[in-house]
Amino acid sequence: MALKIVKGSIDRMFDKNLQDLVRGIRNHKEDEAKYISTCIDEIKQELKQDNIAVKANAVCKLTYLQMLGYDISWAAFNIVEVMSSSKFTYKRIGYLAASQCFHEGTDVIMLTTNQIRKDLSSPNQYDTGVALTGLSCFVTPDLARDLANDIMTLMSHTKPYIRKKAVLIMYKVFLKYPESLRPAFPRLKEKLEDPDPGVQSAAVNVICELARRNPKNYLSLAPLFFKLMTSSTNNWVLIKIIKLFGALTPLEPRLGKKLIEPLTNLIHRLVITLHRASVEKNVCLIGLVLPIVCVCVCVSNAVLISLSSGMPNHSASIQTVPHCLYVSLVTVKYLGLLAMSKILKTHPKSVQSHKDLILQCLDDKDESIRLRALDLLYGMVSKKNLMEIVKKLMLHVDKAEGTTYRDELLTKIIDICSQSNYQYITNFEWYISILVELTRLEGTRHGHLIASQMLDVAIRVKAIRGFAVAQMAMLLDSGHLLTGNMQRNGICEVLYAAAWICGEFSEHLDDPMQTLEAMLRPKVASLPGHIQAVYVQNAAKLFATVLQKHEGATDSQAAQDTSQLLIERLPLFVQSANLEVQERASCILQLVKYIQKLQQKDVEVAEEVSALFAGELNPVAPKAQKKVPVPEGLDLDAWINEPPSESESEDEKPKAVFAKEEPKQSRARHIEVDEKELARRREARKQEQANNPFYIKSSPSSQKVYQDAPGVEHIPVVQIDLSVPLKVPGMPMSEQYLKLEEERRQKERADKKKKDKKKKKREKRGKGKRDDSGPESEEDITPAHQVDIVTEEMPENALPSDDDDKDPNDPHKALDIDLDKYVPSAENTLHKVTVCMLHAEKQGDLSITRHFLVFLVPLLVQKSLKNKKKKQKKEKDEKKKKKRHHHHHHHGDGGGGDSVQNGTVEEEEEEEPLPVSRFLPITEQKNTVYDIQGNLQDGSQVVVSVIFENKSNSFLKSMEFNVLDSLNSKLQRPEGASPHDGLVVPFQLPPGVSNEARFVFSVQSIVMPQKLKGTLTFIVKSEDSSTHEKLDFKLHFTCTSYLITTPCYSDAYAKLLESGDLKSSSLKLEGLNMPFHHLLARICFHHHFSVVERIDSCASMYSRSIQGHHVCLLVKTVSS
Amino acid sequence: MRFMLLFSRQGKLRLQKWYTATAERDKKKMVRELMQVVLARKPKMCSFLEWRDLKIVYKRYASLYFCCAVEEQDNELITLEVIHRFVELLDKYFGSVCELDIIFNFEKAYFILDEFLMGGEIQDTSKKSVLKAIEQADLLQEVRVCDSLNWCPCAVHFSMPTTNKCERVSSVICVCLSSACLSQEDESPRSVLEEMGLA
Repeated sequence: MALKIVKGSIDRMFDKNLQDLVRGIRNHKEDEAKYISTCIDEIKQELKQDNIAVKANAVCKLTYLQMLGYDISWAAFNIVEVMSSSKFTYKRIGYLAASQCFHEGTDVIMLTTNQIRKDLSSPNQYDTGVALTGLSCFVTPDLARDLANDIMTLMSHTKPYIRKKAVLIMYKVFLKYPESLRPAFPRLKEKLEDPDPGVQSAAVNVICELARRNPKNYLSLAPLFFKLMTSSTNNWVLIKIIKLFGALTPLEPRLGKKLIEPLTNLIHRLVITLHRASVEKNVCLIGLVLPIVCVCVCVSNAVLISLSSGMPNHSASIQTVPHCLYVSLVTVKYLGLLAMSKILKTHPKSVQSHKDLILQCLDDKDESIRLRALDLLYGMVSKKNLMEIVKKLMLHVDKAEGTTYRDELLTKIIDICSQSNYQYITNFEWYISILVELTRLEGTRHGHLIASQMLDVAIRVKAIRGFAVAQMAMLLDSGHLLTGNMQRNGICEVLYAAAWICGEFSEHLDDPMQTLEAMLRPKVASLPGHIQAVYVQNAAKLFATVLQKHEGATDSQAAQDTSQLLIERLPLFVQSANLEVQERASCILQLVKYIQKLQQKDVEVAEEVSALFAGELNPVAPKAQKKVPVPEGLDLDAWINEPPSESESEDEKPKAVFAKEEPKQSRARHIEVDEKELARRREARKQEQANNPFYIKSSPSSQKVYQDAPGVEHIPVVQIDLSVPLKVPGMPMSEQYLKLEEERRQKERADKKKKDKKKKKREKRGKGKRDDSGPESEEDITPAHQVDIVTEEMPENALPSDDDDKDPNDPHKALDIDLDKYVPSAENTLHKVTVCMLHAEKQGDLSITRHFLVFLVPLLVQKSLKNKKKKQKKEKDEKKKKKRHHHHHHHGDGGGGDSVQNGTVEEEEEEEPLPVSRFLPITEQKNTVYDIQGNLQDGSQVVVSVIFENKSNSFLKSMEFNVLDSLNSKLQRPEGASPHDGLVVPFQLPPGVSNEARFVFSVQSIVMPQKLKGTLTFIVKSEDSSTHEKLDFKLHFTCTSYLITTPCYSDAYAKLLESGDLKSSSLKLEGLNMPFHHLLARICFHHHFSVVERIDSCASMYSRSIQGHHVCLLVKTVSS
Repeated sequence: MRFMLLFSRQGKLRLQKWYTATAERDKKKMVRELMQVVLARKPKMCSFLEWRDLKIVYKRYASLYFCCAVEEQDNELITLEVIHRFVELLDKYFGSVCELDIIFNFEKAYFILDEFLMGGEIQDTSKKSVLKAIEQADLLQEVRVCDSLNWCPCAVHFSMPTTNKCERVSSVICVCLSSACLSQEDESPRSVLEEMGLA
């Protein structure tokens, strides 16, 4: 053995090994690149040899080179070779190289599947370990799918070393292949109680990561974690668990009560340690303890809120955290600020008292600290201190070196001021002057941000317009902005806003003529095109204003001078390279020329010219367009023109969508390109909107305000406070406002006292402002002048949607799986339903199937999981119906089946209802048939039409229909009615007469079938007596009753299938012996499907739920 | 954790581990950018910074910067602890580790990291069990020891390639590497623990 090793070593003596390479590189500092290229050549030679040892050595060297930044992807195949060596020595190197350089795009990964599987089941735990480690770095969705089962088995391996790794890697697998979460979860849960602490902490880690995405699912684990928390001594695990509880407590208030005791103990212990540590300046200790305290404080706050009771220890910890700030160590300082920002959310007051300390942090040398402090300031402002804080920030802006930090300050100032729809601004003149001051910053990249704020304020705060216009005119006039940098998004963007405001609200201008002249200076031509365009357009508006002013005056010279000015200056813009500018300028130039002619004839034109720009522009919320509901019957996804087929060869093929050799690859790519293109367009549109003054960027909570903000007319008028000058001559100095504000507040306070004496009601503050958590005295601060913040417009029937903020690209979204949801098990003995995945079918596993039903349902896992259930239920229903078939017809003919159809046709004209009719119980007196119909307009409503037929000889009256509400479905009752009140049926029934009544139900989830119990009470009135009768019935809401027959073209259908967005499952039905077309007709009739295509004994069918889920169905007859 | 980088004061990358598959080009760009940002910071500044949408946690040990990128919700102190724990592991394994140990045994450093972290999560909080796993895996790799002997100029250990305690030999060699063989180089090895005042 030893001899062999020595021999092998001697063989390799002459090869360069890793250490030689490293030395070589160090010795060739001057010509490193050259040296490495010769090394790579050598490595290529070595890789060609058969000896695996040589190869491994070469791969090892390559790994080093990869780290230095050289591309080694060409050697991917060799890496796989080394990985598959049977010797651990080489395998380890191979996996290391693979984990360093493989990624999802590496095509050889496909080759590794079997090798990895072999290594995972290797008897040597280190082989398995190395494979798991490697896999954790380069796992792809394919690998995750193929290996999920193997890894799941490893989770119960005998060696804790493997278990621990397997548990950890499961998180990566879940991310890539979310379907695996459900089957793996029970085992993962088991691992929380693993005897090995390593495995236990790994499981805690994974579950905490998972719970971050969807804490609701993990509520059931709370008792287990509670046990762990009280028993664990491992701080790492403790921190994770406490964090998890932080996410869980808001969902389950009872949990908070339980947590209070152990947490108080823990906090108490920690706070003492922390306090001592911060006094002794023992940093290490603080480092260990602080994160736990931070987390605890957050959790216990949640607890506190739910109990609304004080906890003495808690306030102690808050006292301690600021204490850390005095410790000079920056890291601790940072952590202190971080902790404060967490406390701020729940206890703003306790942080606000440390305002000076935080402001002091703004002077810190370290940018991280300054940024943290800025974040804190954002949450700390109130009406009272806003001006003061912003003043400090403005000082910092002046001092700040480095544009990044200055830009950060600038955005923060604007953020702070504009937060919650300008909640804290009491004086908008002050704000405008702050904005104007900010324009003096050189080299900022946020000109656009300032501009949009100016526009927003000027448009939405009507009272400020006069002041704003004066300031903007000054900006246009001063010209310092014209000398700044001209790049896009530079400070010159402000001129865009200035020009627009001056033009649009030109009636407020003192001297429009002067502004007009400023706007037509030759220097303007150096501005970016989009700004010039606005200049030109608004010059025309100003022109109209000037004309208006001079109209009727005896001296028409001034007006004519203005026309002359425009005619002289506009040609400059007509020559502009920018098309937009050119077009607008030439258009306006001609207009002015024409007007001049009219003026010379002494015709009054002002009226007509200003009519060009008449009308008020309203701010539109940026999301408004998205919220416009799609009109009924408009399918935005449908082709307007059928797309030309991609290639001729495809044309020749029959268009069978379920052909096995689906051209998946090529089409899929096509769609991808489309999506990219769409994204690009979306981006372009956003850009465009951003530059369009009619689209105003929303302030954070504009939507909330929307509800309680009435129109402009309803705003109570506040007395104008004469202590504030409405026009400040010269450039504004925001500082003046501070003093003015102080004076004003004092005066107000005095006023208030007087008023209080007189018991006079004080005017409420302006609209759009809600009570905040600030100190009570804030209520006393009234805005300086009337502030009417106009809310942004939304379409009238905007759809409420809360998914706006969800990022569709979030890789973790798929993990949002509802684990508590019961998924019916595959084997349903009663119906002999076999569920197998679609890919099983693709693999040709058809022998077991006779009647094959394939369902494809949308991507969203959550939906798909629910849908699975829905499908199976549906199947059951179908079965039942078939059994009851006889029964059905027997009564159906005599019943009101036809009239049901008629009734529903009237109700929903757009669709062809194919109702599922069933019978309510029949008594001698009555026969009732009902039909459930989805309501297209509202995804959460169904309309149930009930036909009441009186089969008795008596007269029926005072009928009351009542249904016991379930959690999911509720009968919609008139307002004010209790959930036990019945609905009065609005008619009486003479003998033999039938009539229809409709009831609306609101349904939360449409993916589960429902049975609702109900009663109908009525009075039977015969000639001599009248009796009170009761009839119990059940309403069955099957899943398919929420489907709406929707036609679908075969290519749209094919696209849907190829999109990969659908989940699939299939099942087999046995013992059906009706003709295929009967079967189809029946599915269509009872379950609202439409046939897309039928070939022989195969048919693809389509339907859509009222909530827009696509349901595709493939029905096949398979002869055994 | 998204990734971990080790780089020297001179801006030379010594180790990189990515826990999310990233394209080579993006990696290079991120590494370059991040190194610039971190190296520009003064020694008395705090260990955390916000960069792109990530939180960067770094710590300097002697001439090496250990730098981790974590997500917004992650706890930065734990990350700092992770870095420290990793350094302690390296120190235990190599026996007062220095930059050169990591340069010449970079694959070992990777193996230690892989044993300690997996997919960006801590595998085992116990130093002992991590080191045990590494030592045993090294045992399986004994040939590497003989490899090392090929080039180690201190012939002291030449006579003992077949001893049972091969892993001991490996670390002995590493020590002699850092103190004797490479002493001609100007970067004198310094102990991390010494640097931290914990020795």
